[in-house]
Amino acid sequence: MNPAITLATTRRILAQLKNDHRTLGMLIGVPSLLMILLRYVFDQPQLFDRVGPLLLGLFPFVIMFIVTSVATLRERTGGTLERLMTMPAGKLDLLLGYALAFGLVALVQVAVVLAIALTWLGLDLNGSLGSLVLVAVLDALLGMALGLFASAFARTEFQAVQFMPAFVLPQTLLCGLIVPREDMASWLEATSKVLPLTYAVEGMHEISRRPDFTGTLTVDVVVIAGFTLVALLLGAATLRRRTA
Amino acid sequence: MMSSSPAVDVRDLCVVRGGREVLHRITFDVPRGAVVGLLGPSGCGKTTLMRALVGVQIVDSGTVTVLGDAAGSRGLRHRVGYATQTPAVYADLSVAENLRYFASVLRAPRSDVDRVVDEVGLGKQRDQVVSTLSGGQLNRVNLAVALLGTPELLVLDEPTVGLDPVLREELWELFRALADRGTTLIVSSHVMDEAGRTDRLLLMREGRVLADGAPEALRSRTGADDLEGAFLQLIKEHAGSPA
Repeated sequence: MNPAITLATTRRILAQLKNDHRTLGMLIGVPSLLMILLRYVFDQPQLFDRVGPLLLGLFPFVIMFIVTSVATLRERTGGTLERLMTMPAGKLDLLLGYALAFGLVALVQVAVVLAIALTWLGLDLNGSLGSLVLVAVLDALLGMALGLFASAFARTEFQAVQFMPAFVLPQTLLCGLIVPREDMASWLEATSKVLPLTYAVEGMHEISRRPDFTGTLTVDVVVIAGFTLVALLLGAATLRRRTA
Repeated sequence: MMSSSPAVDVRDLCVVRGGREVLHRITFDVPRGAVVGLLGPSGCGKTTLMRALVGVQIVDSGTVTVLGDAAGSRGLRHRVGYATQTPAVYADLSVAENLRYFASVLRAPRSDVDRVVDEVGLGKQRDQVVSTLSGGQLNRVNLAVALLGTPELLVLDEPTVGLDPVLREELWELFRALADRGTTLIVSSHVMDEAGRTDRLLLMREGRVLADGAPEALRSRTGADDLEGAFLQLIKEHAGSPA
């Protein structure tokens, strides 16, 4: 591992985004737009106060999953990954470079959505702003790590994009966003316990209701971080120096 | 001892791809400072052999030693430059941004970016985004990345494809200048008229090395007027031999 290579990779990914105005615009604009829609679709401030933070955990996760799975698939199919593997770049340098770059993007994304939600949309948050940003960025990193891992199983960008509904929608259904988890059949509830998005949504739920950093929230943060780490390590295992 | 070892030493290399053996017991070595041409029709195993030299190809059996170390070992990663046939650069970055990134990965000096831009003649396109370049320019960016960090061995897969004769001439002059400074070059091509510019030719066909020698020696040995004829003659001889 080499910090200089990690940072160079981060800079390179950010430069790629900077040159791609449309992607950058969508990364920042789409979650904000969805939040605005949500506020006026509900048209009930109390309901928005409850659901808004949950979606603040979901958007960065979904968006980072798609962006990373396509970006790393491009590196794999475009030959740049192979080229880097013939150079002194370590796998961890690449992974951390991606994590850092997309972590920063997630931070901006969350900051913009939050600013709009707290001012214009009048979101009333019981918990602390800091813990909300922490969980949202962790969710983004989780999405990034899973996207990186998933990209190893896609041959084409068509396939990579379809991993989004395959990986994400079942988790969205089971995470307690639509139906409370305790109302689900026991086998569904059990399944939801091993899916990372459950903890992301639960964490946001805690933040929306309680002002202090609760024990449940601590567990959620640790579990999300753990899932992220495992997904990154699995992702590292899919980066091969030698291929057939 | 280290510096006197050959630049490349391949012994009994066999590679299997997709359940089929594509390289059959390839053996050859390359002295330092030579320009070696790897010639043969498309699909003969040139790219697979080059991938084995840079250590990204899973090898079935045999040994590949590069600059005294096993191909692909950690210590070689900034001593070997590799340019694939399909350009492996970031299409959404400018020429300079691409080169700066790869230079930092190689820990090459910053001045290298200007040097290689100059060497491949992309001064005017320096700040242009790669996706807007022509095919030939794209090829030269790809080559420029391989030149970063002044590697001791350059493995170049069809670097002159799609270039006009003037540029092709310039690149071969560059290759010669690099070799004069002690760099070893292995350059693949399927264009026979480029073969005469090399010190040494490896003619490949169907995963085997048909002939290995100086272009002049190959011509006189086969009695052919040109290398194209020499190649055809060698194929005939090979088909006629019992092994």
